[in-house]
Amino acid sequence: MSAFTASFKERADAALADPILKIAVERTAGTAEAKRGIAVAAFPNFEAARTRAAAIKDHVIAHLGAYLEQFEAQAIAAGAKVHWASTADEACRIVIDICKATGARSVARSKSMLGEEIGLPHALAEAGIGRVETDLAEHIIQLADERPSHIIWPAMHKTREQVSALFKAKHRLPHQEETIAAMAESARRELRTQMLGADVGISGANFLIADTGAVCTVTNEGNAELSLVPPRVHIVTAGIEKIVPSMPHAIHMLRMLARSATGAALTQYTTFYTGPKRAGDRDGPEEMHIVLVDNGRTKMREEGLAEMLRCIRCGACMNHCVVFRQIGGHAYGGTYPGPMGAVLTPVLDGLPQSRDLAHACTLNGKCQEVCPVRIPLPTLLKGWREKSWREGLEPTSMRWGLGIWAWVATRPRLYRLGTGFAVRAMQMLGKRGWIGALPLAGGWTRHRDMPKPAPQTFMAQYRKAQRK
Amino acid sequence: MTQEVALFVTCLVDLMRPRIGFAAIRALEAAGCDVVVPEGQTCCGQPALNSGDRAHAVALAKQTIAALEPYDAVVVPSGSCAGTIRCHYPEIFAGDAAWLPRAQAVADKTWEIMAYLDQVRGWKPQGVTVEAKATYHDSCSGLRELGIKAQPRRLLRGIDGLRFTPMEGEETCCGFGGTFCVKYPAISNAIVGEKADAIDATGADLLLAGDLGCLMNMAGKLHRKGSKVRAYHAIELIAGMGDGPAIGEEG
Repeated sequence: MSAFTASFKERADAALADPILKIAVERTAGTAEAKRGIAVAAFPNFEAARTRAAAIKDHVIAHLGAYLEQFEAQAIAAGAKVHWASTADEACRIVIDICKATGARSVARSKSMLGEEIGLPHALAEAGIGRVETDLAEHIIQLADERPSHIIWPAMHKTREQVSALFKAKHRLPHQEETIAAMAESARRELRTQMLGADVGISGANFLIADTGAVCTVTNEGNAELSLVPPRVHIVTAGIEKIVPSMPHAIHMLRMLARSATGAALTQYTTFYTGPKRAGDRDGPEEMHIVLVDNGRTKMREEGLAEMLRCIRCGACMNHCVVFRQIGGHAYGGTYPGPMGAVLTPVLDGLPQSRDLAHACTLNGKCQEVCPVRIPLPTLLKGWREKSWREGLEPTSMRWGLGIWAWVATRPRLYRLGTGFAVRAMQMLGKRGWIGALPLAGGWTRHRDMPKPAPQTFMAQYRKAQRK
Repeated sequence: MTQEVALFVTCLVDLMRPRIGFAAIRALEAAGCDVVVPEGQTCCGQPALNSGDRAHAVALAKQTIAALEPYDAVVVPSGSCAGTIRCHYPEIFAGDAAWLPRAQAVADKTWEIMAYLDQVRGWKPQGVTVEAKATYHDSCSGLRELGIKAQPRRLLRGIDGLRFTPMEGEETCCGFGGTFCVKYPAISNAIVGEKADAIDATGADLLLAGDLGCLMNMAGKLHRKGSKVRAYHAIELIAGMGDGPAIGEEG
């Protein structure tokens, strides 16, 4: 199956048919859900902390221009070079140009969803620049020639057995063991030499600190530090919404991020990079470039999706989503999966290509309940459904079906006539109390039975009782 | 104080399981309410609203508001329909100076039935006995839009003989999701399949919930897999109508 040419329905069906995927997703997301629950219960007044986190982001988004200018000025003062990219292509071009100017043959990349969003791995390959993914899961994905299926655990769809087989096939020093320690050792051998030999290190940013010009990354493997400090040049690609006013704000967001993502109090490695190596510094890159990427973000603010710009990419919404838990991330087809992906993908890929994602949701509200920055994800998804309806993208059967039903339902007397007829008709279909195959509702009866309605509607029975 | 309470029946209850409507009337009358079933009602418009069809959602919301506004309170045997009226009607008419106050007024006096009986009336079932072991599913809209969690449990504890056994993931969506179950039947089936397994694993005799859509989904799956668990809307038991046929039983 080609993950990105099939329709959402086809990808979802393929995912549902894969028993190993289900096990793999359940292992990681299930553990994350349980750990988050414990961490949140132990957090004094988590609800107030969520409100504050949302307020910090809202404030920044409302004053985005001013904070970006402040960040730029401070980053330049610290010795970094700041670039602006309004599109994905422009961002990739800037990165490639810097690599070429450096004479880079290889880059070490520390996991960044923005890099995936702008298609940087592909752009580097096209430019003939070698790439080593230093995040363990991204490394697995690179070996398998796939795309991430989750924003925190890019390889969550793979079981350790599958990873072991992949390492045996692809790593230079084949190992015969399947223990986690042996696999980690194999990845370490493979990655460290490549990391240390890279000319350029490329990372994303979890936060950009406006008043100091610092860039913050968090990792659990220490791979960011290892891949960004030794090379001569460090390039950061970051979405413009990653900005926070100051360090205390960043600290608050970090507390929310780690707990929401993995249930940990803090991520293992949290590093703030402020400018390149200074005189007297023992290590660090000679040049630091920061590429600030819009790629639809300004438009989101204008088009009623400002709340989505609060997102700190923790993945809690997908870990807790009943739909994601059944189909995994690849079925969503875009860079970002799950509820947040269903909101973002139409921005990035266009609504006609991704309208079905907004419908792949039961509107149960769990994602909103766990979102650390209180993004009203169900409301935003309904917004896409409305836009899709307005623009005529919804299937004709749906438009006609709902249209006829609503036309009748706004005429109560006609409605009573119609429903009376409908329940009598359904009487003929059932066997005992159940209907096993209901015309026009095959989607329902393929998998479950439909209880047979009473011979008369409530309204008919009630009116009859009133007359007596 | 006697209150004139309008019962909003919901289109699913009207069509699929009128017993729930009669149980609601019985419980409300036992709690001292004067119950009226306004003629002008059909459906609250939630299917249109959730499908993106705003024009029809607005038309149905206006019809519903007009039908319900003359009464002291509006009571709905469904968290999801009550949530639509309470939480979403004011949003629908946010920019409409003529309709917003009317929508807000109806929203403010609309209650899910178990929340109304427990929170507003402080009522408890008296002299009702059901000898059975039950498990309860918290339907999503009621739970997250209206905070319905403790109210049905408090009411059900007033029933003699009823014992409880919580299921794994009682707050997890059953995969019904209104039109979701027909738009993505395979995903919906995978979700409700797990739900049915969790229900079966409790060893309960009865599955209870406050929303007929979710109940039809879970009961339909339980029946297809040959489970013996019987499903009721909680208000049926609370109103003393738990001796009648369960969902899908001929009666």
